[in-house]
Amino acid sequence: MAVPHFMASGMGGIRTAGDLVARMEYSKNMKIGKAKEYVAKKLGISTLEIGDEYIMRGLREELKIGVVTGVPGAPRGIAAKMNIEKLLDIKINSCDIFREMTKR
Amino acid sequence: MAEFYTRMGDGSRVLMTREKILNDIQAGMADAVDMGGLPDLTPNDIEKLFEIISDKNRVVGVEPGNEVVLTYDIGQLDFTGDNGNSGNGVDVGRMESALLHERALGADTFELAHADYSIKPVKPVISNEMQTMEEIQNEIVAPYFYGAMPNAGLYYSPDGPYGNPADLMREFKIDEAMQAAEMTADHLARDIEYVATRLIAAGSDGFNFDTTASAGDADAVGTFKGVRALRKACPDTYINVGMAGESIMGIHGSIEFDGEIVAGTYPHQQVKFAQKAGANVFGPVVNTNTSKSLAWNLGRAVTFIKECVKVAEIPCHVNMGMGVGGIPMCETAPIDAVTRCNKAMVEIAKVDGV
Repeated sequence: MAVPHFMASGMGGIRTAGDLVARMEYSKNMKIGKAKEYVAKKLGISTLEIGDEYIMRGLREELKIGVVTGVPGAPRGIAAKMNIEKLLDIKINSCDIFREMTKR
Repeated sequence: MAEFYTRMGDGSRVLMTREKILNDIQAGMADAVDMGGLPDLTPNDIEKLFEIISDKNRVVGVEPGNEVVLTYDIGQLDFTGDNGNSGNGVDVGRMESALLHERALGADTFELAHADYSIKPVKPVISNEMQTMEEIQNEIVAPYFYGAMPNAGLYYSPDGPYGNPADLMREFKIDEAMQAAEMTADHLARDIEYVATRLIAAGSDGFNFDTTASAGDADAVGTFKGVRALRKACPDTYINVGMAGESIMGIHGSIEFDGEIVAGTYPHQQVKFAQKAGANVFGPVVNTNTSKSLAWNLGRAVTFIKECVKVAEIPCHVNMGMGVGGIPMCETAPIDAVTRCNKAMVEIAKVDGV
């Protein structure tokens, strides 16, 4: 069920900028058009390009925001999300908790 | 006369002419218009719907640039669950499932779930769920929720502390039935706050309320109250409210949220309750009639959802599983039908996600 939906209209998550667009929908109640425009502006590319795997694969590695393939040394998890916070100018709950845990 | 392969609402194949498909789209639309007091689809919408349904290709998709957010529900249970959830019966771990959905299945969001996928049974194992949430948040990049059904049915006898309204009504104990439903709504709201605030304290990006109102109007009111309490406790958390059906069943009949009766409301009315409660995203549902064609079901579903998206102030992620959103009601929904319903919801109803 999930794969046909992904193929028909899904952004593709971290293959592209799907996770970033989802974060703007959920954190700011942005509808899809506005969320894509916001993410595209922050990435410095067009709203068409944010759904393009070829463009986003390299850009994600360069920005250190998590990539879909296994790359040793590339940030993932909390490290990638901390970079996403800076990129999108939002706070992410798990990063806040991680920062709190590392305070002395 | 040319005929096109399409589907019935039970998933079986059927051959239909252009005239028959168009007649069914219009009949499905008319049913939604009549039930929900909605505007008709435009002639362009109807023609586009026909083009999508009659497309000769097995798989169809949206035009580049029209992609939307794909929000998953039920968490790892789509791998681990039994056929009741169309699960694969593959006992993988929750970490592996989350990362596979993120890195291999194109998930824009994903979630952690309890095997019973309901709020109530999470309470005794809350620490276990919190610790798993902490672990997975350390590895995952995509927004990662906790998901569960409010499932007010678990609060009624014999599973829960309150009398079962269905049994009480059979005995003509109407006041007692209504009182049991009201107590259940309040209990559910308390449990939602208890469970959700703890999962969010463990790093969850938010909470996905799946199949809201599956036990009727008290289930809906308890969920909306719980969402409001959660929003107050966690102002920045992501909240998704997905529904169980196109209309909220009036098991109580007159129970209200914010002074309005919720029973009998349709998606374009339900979204306003979710907004007021504090949801960020709403998941509308339209049920599939297995005796009607895909054209009839999709015409009907798109009519309901288009109006819901139009009036919504928050994004709408339409439910498109087995037996909802125009998709046939069967365990292995055919790919041709799933992708056609998906494209129609995105390009005609203009949903923000699926």
